[in-house]
Amino acid sequence: MLEIKNLHASVFDTPILKGINLSVNAGEVHAIMGPNGSGKSTLSNVIAGRDGYDITEGSIDYLGKDLSELEADERACEGIFLAFQYPVEIPGVSNMAMLKAAINSMRKYRGEDEISAGDFLKLIREKAALVEMKQEFLKRSVNEGFSGGEKKRNEILQMAMLEPKLALLDETDSGLDIDALKIVSDGVNALRAPDRAMVVVTHYQRLLDHIVPDYVHVLADGKIVKSGDKSLALELEEKGYNWIEGLQKAS
Amino acid sequence: MTDALAVQEQNKDLKELVKREYKEGFVTEIESETFEPGLSEDVVRRISAKKNEPEFMLEYRLKAFRVWQKMKEPDWAHIDYPKIDFQDIAYYSEPKQKPKLDSLDEVDPKLLETYERLGIPLEEQKMLANVAVDAVFDSVSVRTTFRETLSEAGVIFMPISEAVQEHPELVKQYLSSVVPVQDNYYAALNSAVFSDGSFVYIPKGVRCPMELSTYFRINEMNTGQFERTLIIADEGSYVSYLEGCTAPQRDENQLHAAVVELVAHKDAEIKYSTVQNWYPGDENGKGGIYNFVTKRGICKGDHAKISWTQVETGSAITWKYPSVVLQGDNSVGEFYSVALTHNKQQADTGTKMIHMGKNTSSTIISKGISAGHGQNAYRGLVKIMKGADNARNFSQCDSLLMGDRCGAHTYPYVEVQNPSANLEHEATTSKISEDQLFYLMQRGLNEEAAVSMIVNGFCKEVFRELPMEFAVEAQKLLDISLEGAVG
Repeated sequence: MLEIKNLHASVFDTPILKGINLSVNAGEVHAIMGPNGSGKSTLSNVIAGRDGYDITEGSIDYLGKDLSELEADERACEGIFLAFQYPVEIPGVSNMAMLKAAINSMRKYRGEDEISAGDFLKLIREKAALVEMKQEFLKRSVNEGFSGGEKKRNEILQMAMLEPKLALLDETDSGLDIDALKIVSDGVNALRAPDRAMVVVTHYQRLLDHIVPDYVHVLADGKIVKSGDKSLALELEEKGYNWIEGLQKAS
Repeated sequence: MTDALAVQEQNKDLKELVKREYKEGFVTEIESETFEPGLSEDVVRRISAKKNEPEFMLEYRLKAFRVWQKMKEPDWAHIDYPKIDFQDIAYYSEPKQKPKLDSLDEVDPKLLETYERLGIPLEEQKMLANVAVDAVFDSVSVRTTFRETLSEAGVIFMPISEAVQEHPELVKQYLSSVVPVQDNYYAALNSAVFSDGSFVYIPKGVRCPMELSTYFRINEMNTGQFERTLIIADEGSYVSYLEGCTAPQRDENQLHAAVVELVAHKDAEIKYSTVQNWYPGDENGKGGIYNFVTKRGICKGDHAKISWTQVETGSAITWKYPSVVLQGDNSVGEFYSVALTHNKQQADTGTKMIHMGKNTSSTIISKGISAGHGQNAYRGLVKIMKGADNARNFSQCDSLLMGDRCGAHTYPYVEVQNPSANLEHEATTSKISEDQLFYLMQRGLNEEAAVSMIVNGFCKEVFRELPMEFAVEAQKLLDISLEGAVG
């Protein structure tokens, strides 16, 4: 599904990613771990197509398409979803209105008719239950006055509504207490599907106790320095990121 | 470094965004009788004679003209424009084939077509249910719809030129009772030369059965439009009134100096909404309407309420402060405003809330959006007089900047003469952030839709005060104004 080859990328002309190779197939869950400043968030932003995050070398192939040729909104319509580390507030725009516009924009992209008001309401009630989100939150402005945990749950709700093929979860565990972490992880797990891939970016191993990955990659200084299965995350937890620095020097 | 680049990138996008077409910019080819430019006592007399006015009106006009001659053009607003030559403006213009107002067949088809193109069909059967329209073309009212239905309810809704003839006692009693002729330079000018506008009287206890609406259109070149609106809501009555405005696209600046007076008696409520879309000039600031307007209402009796809602997207210059004098005890004043300036547009707008009665309360919500080189100023006065025990005011002024060449300015003035007053003021200035844009685009919205959503969200507190059809129109208008904003 996602084929990243020798990816070099800069954020406003500062090189951050320095040769990433990563292959993700449908149905798989990949975890990307690494210390602060290793380029984890940059990777998800580059895949999602954020302005100022430019590919300087290498390629990202997604379902046979060269991603660098698609705008951020086109990538979203092609099924790429980014759950943000810091979801922004959009005053005056209700959660419902935003999601309805998003769904209809994607349907239009696929040449489908707009969703009916009835179907939309049914869908959003069903998905809101998944992340235990109260109805009143749906009518409130997007993320405005939401707690950290509520914002993250809102991201997962949006993901459930938009049914992406490739979901990127950027530090979804940051700022969550244990209960919220459980709700969010349960939501994510419920969305695991044979035709859907997930890339989970995290600093800590604890999220991976809840969302168990098929593969774990360790990122340091813009490169993947080690890959393995879920046991790698445990090893990393035990030995700490200093161990990675040793690996880097060795390589 | 990265920030500077991000800003640059965003500016490029926003430059695209503020490009827009002014769809109402066409000219109607219609024969008009227009006075030669210039203003003198003779011109004032001729306007009065044209209208066949009674003696008291001529006296009123002449008094106003003499007052105006002694006044100076105000220069305190945060706006910049070449000096207006008041002798270079024509003060009266009317379509030659003057319609008799009883039948639509007698209205020049070209006029009807003009209003059709503007999306305002005057034929009653085609009209939105429950909106009565008075259409003012240059200096005269061409058609007022639904007059019979309204008169059954006792509501008077007619051109003010007719009200002068048919209800002189009401006009005499209320004209300039809220905005005295000497109030300000443009109000004096308007009082001397106004040619038409709408007159509304809602009798005691009547809830006006439909929305009333006036549609103003400037067509003739080098002509000023000086309309006069007078709305009186008698005890316990209610009326919702809407006004819309457009003008052809011309290279010359045109003057629009209107006066609107509202009188709400005991327990009465007036809701006045404006969607102002006068031609704003081109992207280099050539042409456009100078919109110098005096709007004021008085809550004369106890428990009266006046609410102003305005969406200002047009005009080269807007100078406008819809105000409320809260004279009755427990009376309520409200001001909800969205003002958008782009290219070289300038707006200096706000409100005055004058608290005189006990337990009076006022609310001010102002949203300014600046793009391109647009300059947007909020200017508001909250005045609590000595006798206004327990007066309350809440003011909120938010500014949204698009790009880094526009400006937003806030000038709140507060005068409190009674210690029991309770005032709150909040002000914010923000930019459409790259983060918000990316967030919405990541959810599948294109850049234009994302900007539109953010801007409409910013204006929501004001839009929800508008009557339904107007809220939709206002949103569309903002979308058009922001069309092509991002590339």
